[in-house]
Amino acid sequence: MTTATEVPPARYSWGGDEFVFVELAEAMSLQANFRSMAITTRLRDQRPDGVLEICPANASYQVRFDPDVLEPAELLALLQDLEQQVGDAHELALPTRVLEIPVLYRDPWTTETQMRFRDRHQDPNATDIEYATRINGFSSVDEFIAAHSGSPWFTSMVGFVAGLPFKYQMVPRERQIVVPKYLRPRTDTPKQTVGYGGCFSCIYSVRGAGGYQMFGITPAPIYDPTQTLPDFTDFMVLFRPADIVRFTPIDRERYDALLADVEAGTFRVTARPVEFRLQPFLDDPDGYNARLLEVLK
Amino acid sequence: MIEIVKPGLSTTVQDAGRTGYYHLGIPPSGALDQYSLRAANLLVGNPAGAAALECVYMGPELAFHADAVVAVTGAGMVPTVNGEERPQWESLPVSAGDVLAFGYLTAGARAYVAVSGGIDVPEVLGSRATYALGALGGHEGRPLAPGDRLPIGASAGAAAGRRVPDDLRQPLAKDVEVRVVMGLYDHRLTEAGRATFLDTTWALTPVADRIGFRYSGPELETVPREPPFGAGQDPSNIVDAPYPIGSIQVPGSVEPIILHRDAVSGGGYMMIATVLAGDLDIVAQSAPKTRTRFVEVDLDGALAARADHRKRALRLAEALA
Repeated sequence: MTTATEVPPARYSWGGDEFVFVELAEAMSLQANFRSMAITTRLRDQRPDGVLEICPANASYQVRFDPDVLEPAELLALLQDLEQQVGDAHELALPTRVLEIPVLYRDPWTTETQMRFRDRHQDPNATDIEYATRINGFSSVDEFIAAHSGSPWFTSMVGFVAGLPFKYQMVPRERQIVVPKYLRPRTDTPKQTVGYGGCFSCIYSVRGAGGYQMFGITPAPIYDPTQTLPDFTDFMVLFRPADIVRFTPIDRERYDALLADVEAGTFRVTARPVEFRLQPFLDDPDGYNARLLEVLK
Repeated sequence: MIEIVKPGLSTTVQDAGRTGYYHLGIPPSGALDQYSLRAANLLVGNPAGAAALECVYMGPELAFHADAVVAVTGAGMVPTVNGEERPQWESLPVSAGDVLAFGYLTAGARAYVAVSGGIDVPEVLGSRATYALGALGGHEGRPLAPGDRLPIGASAGAAAGRRVPDDLRQPLAKDVEVRVVMGLYDHRLTEAGRATFLDTTWALTPVADRIGFRYSGPELETVPREPPFGAGQDPSNIVDAPYPIGSIQVPGSVEPIILHRDAVSGGGYMMIATVLAGDLDIVAQSAPKTRTRFVEVDLDGALAARADHRKRALRLAEALA
């Protein structure tokens, strides 16, 4: 993992007359996501006329464009050129942020919601977090929470609905937690639920349907279309692609105190600027993560 | 000002939509049938992309508190002013105190009501379009309710009595063809699965809203595989990817879903084709049970169709100039 690796060429596909879809890898990896971020960041910096939307995602990205302004072949050549420039992305640095998100694991609200949908779950006699603990080989839920909150997460995509972050844990693949989604999606999920599906954690930005397993809830608002809270003065969505997140376990007393801050309009998420580099992370993930998270102290 | 007496089934403020926030999960929104929106606005002297009302399956009842010129396009739904029938695709005068209401839906699915001056709700992220899932834009981020009051903008001199020629009205049919560019994850389908998709006459299910349109028909055969890390076990699963507007996904290899302008911006189901941007207007006017064929075109074919679509919009603008 220490040297530059050959990466297979990206796969380009037209999404009708206004979209081009680019798959960098079929399988999820931090490297594929980092390449998506690097290419889309460069494209955003150049912003050629006719480019309407630039959407990085987990192991792919898409661009919406106006073919009356920008010739499809010209756009394709530009994207392929950016792919060459970024290469395996090992040497690149990405300016981003580290954010601390407090989580009340095993909270009463997601637990109550789980109980209403047990008929849609793989293991109706366990809670979601008990099920995830068991199938990932942890000896106790506490040990599972220690793993979920022990290493930071890379925001690999923002979307599904407004402001919902997908997060990929910054650990080697053999330490990745993998949990299937519900057998059939729920029709209800509390707002700010910390969920899990496949190899991704997410935070539900709005109440609604969902298929991810539910592990807990954060008191931190992450989407505020009214822009009343201080974290949302500039924009209504908290997370940006590439944000690095640390989940900090909290107890009920702390949750209630933070929620009171939210209601008083004084709550702010702790966020610090950092620069993320892929190669030093791959060389020593735990050591690199520990250094990254020092900015939160 | 317009007062909502009865809101209809789901009436929202919509315009040409917003651009630039899809990477944060905020879709374009705006009128699902952009052509009918354009026609309604041009009839009443508004810019083509001004905010109007989109009414699904059933019209609202609207009380006017000021004189205005209005036009109703899109789905077949006879307008009445104080109980008297009026034509669609024509600009109509209304006076303060008048009530605009609608007869039953006779064809299509979505009617557009434009008012001279446009619906003047505040712009959010550059658009007045309602995105209800995110409680954003339009009137308080939601469909209209009884008692809501909508401000009307200043009119730039609208005239009653304008009319869209018959050949420039949006066709409304129970059998439709929708052109698609195949691609994205269509390699997950076998040759037989692909043929099934293109040879089937699909029926629109009742699950048809601003987010997506779901169709019933046979299962599509997929190529067997070892799932890539992070994709999930089902043959239709992919590592969560961005969804183009108009893309057709097939969860569980059954019941294709066309994502429309309030689309979820990404997810973990294979997309196998994308509807041409202009043909999304045809999808918008599909009511449940509409029989639908997906017709494959290549990129050049899609660009030619786009040019035709633009020419039609230009002829419309000339006819109403």
